[in-house]
Amino acid sequence: MSEHGVNDLQNVIYQRPDIMVDRATHFCPGCGHGITQRLVGEVLDELDLKERAICIGSIGCTVTAYEYFKVDGMEAPHGRAPAVATAIKRCHPELVPFAIQGDGDLASIGMAEIVHAAARGENITIIFANNANYGMTGGQLAPTTLMGMYTSSTVKGRKQEHHGFPIRVSEMLATLDGPAYIARVSLHNPANVRKARKAIELAFRAPMAGLGLGLVEVLSMCPINWKVEPVQSLDWMVKNMIPQFPLGEFKCLPEVAEMKKVVKG
Amino acid sequence: MSERTLMGGNIAIAEGAILAGCGAYFGYPITPQNDLLEYMAQQLPALGRVFLQTESELAAINMVYGASATGVRAMTSTSSPGFSLQQEGISYMAGAEAPCVIANIMRAGPGLGNIGGAQGDYMQCTRGGGHGDYYLLTLAPSSVQEMMDLTMLAFELADKYRNPTLIMADGFLGQSVESIVMRDAVKKLPEKKWAITGAKGRPKNLINSFEMNPLDHPARIKLLLEKFERMRINEVRYESMLLDDATIVLVAYGSAARAAMTAMKLARKRNWKVGLLRPITVFPFPNQPLADLAERGCKFLVAEMSGGQMLEDVRISVGNQNEIKLVNTYGGVPLTADQIFESIDLMM
Repeated sequence: MSEHGVNDLQNVIYQRPDIMVDRATHFCPGCGHGITQRLVGEVLDELDLKERAICIGSIGCTVTAYEYFKVDGMEAPHGRAPAVATAIKRCHPELVPFAIQGDGDLASIGMAEIVHAAARGENITIIFANNANYGMTGGQLAPTTLMGMYTSSTVKGRKQEHHGFPIRVSEMLATLDGPAYIARVSLHNPANVRKARKAIELAFRAPMAGLGLGLVEVLSMCPINWKVEPVQSLDWMVKNMIPQFPLGEFKCLPEVAEMKKVVKG
Repeated sequence: MSERTLMGGNIAIAEGAILAGCGAYFGYPITPQNDLLEYMAQQLPALGRVFLQTESELAAINMVYGASATGVRAMTSTSSPGFSLQQEGISYMAGAEAPCVIANIMRAGPGLGNIGGAQGDYMQCTRGGGHGDYYLLTLAPSSVQEMMDLTMLAFELADKYRNPTLIMADGFLGQSVESIVMRDAVKKLPEKKWAITGAKGRPKNLINSFEMNPLDHPARIKLLLEKFERMRINEVRYESMLLDDATIVLVAYGSAARAAMTAMKLARKRNWKVGLLRPITVFPFPNQPLADLAERGCKFLVAEMSGGQMLEDVRISVGNQNEIKLVNTYGGVPLTADQIFESIDLMM
């Protein structure tokens, strides 16, 4: 028997990344955050970052991210993870700070911090989980909430004349010269999860090579606040989220494109 | 080094920080402390240390938090409106026990107020300032020499208590130029086993203020409260001048204490028994020395450049039996020795 309580297998094809703590997550059923954290864990293992990574939890459902990795970690105030990560990297260039930020955290209260960290070309990694609402506080209007979408603070749906328009963060940040790699991925099926894994690896590799900020916007299911069943949330993603937030790479320096040759999957 | 040199107040803070081994400075321009930021911009990169002008005071304090978490001696400087913005990060640092030094070169508020020096942030500085149960060790220099010396002390105390430490000065002091004695650089910085430097050969370190289990949170706060109690016992600092025979005690800090000193000398020329108690730490506040003077039957004259904020701490220390008067200016106007002298005259 292995430590996980199953018979040792000849060919293990799926197991918890070494760098992840053996514990249940606190996320709701069907939430995408657990998948995102696991993908980050795979990349940390792949790049052998246990002794160099610094996990920054930023306020929202992602704040306890540091509980799930066996790396040094800290908590940033709401929206300030890019500032915290900036200082860590500037003071200790050998460290690899990364933050997982939600849409309220990054695109609303922390918009100044992410824009300026991106503009400065900080060598940090930002995983931006976009689920179109403030998950932790009960599903209010977020800067990424879709037009017409019902939330607990837009009970008649998001209306342009009152709430304005959702923000496409990746496209906006890609207008800046500082970022090295910006991509938007989704978690709605295995093929896209694999793409997400590759994008996250590039978002670590690019700043580690000193090329500038790496950011992956992960479209992430939030069945509880989308008011759909977990399985239905996958279709909801395709039908509603992806048309507003198209998948793809928005910034990829040639040096980063070169790195794709060594990225697995 | 012990040569004399002419130096501005804000620059003395910067020099003190450099001598104390400050490895990272993050700041945002705001009058009247811009020369401090500019000096750091010139000096720190040349020393191989980190300087960054940030997008806001908010970003600055959060960068200080990040740097501090990695064990680096880190600081920011600002003035009152910027200090208000920084309360968020300061509260997090107090909660996460991340040491740092913040210099608040106070100007007149509330709101935009004006850029004249003031002492109107006294309550904000001495009562924590942000949300939650915490205090900042708060040092109040009253000369350019102290701008340097107390900044060096601030770094030491911040590390000793793992708590943000504040230099609370006013714009007039920041812009004053005086002759000072240079100090020696700190040679050995304390080891910080709690810092996040990469989980190499040890379990991971975590810097946070959050407790997932609400039942665990009171225990964390209790430790903080015990720490603040240790500060109250061990770190009270003040200067006594001519208090032995005094019947009127001036209480003043910062620039106001300089005016009070002159007023005291004018009074002594008339053989009036006037002394000065100058708090150097305003948190912890020298309650006991004031209580002892009250016991002796002294009258008190509080001189400050605010609506009467330290006055409340003096009242707490002295109680209701003794006469306590206030002489003050506010709105960015310096307090003069003449004003204080007139108030002494009225109390005689």
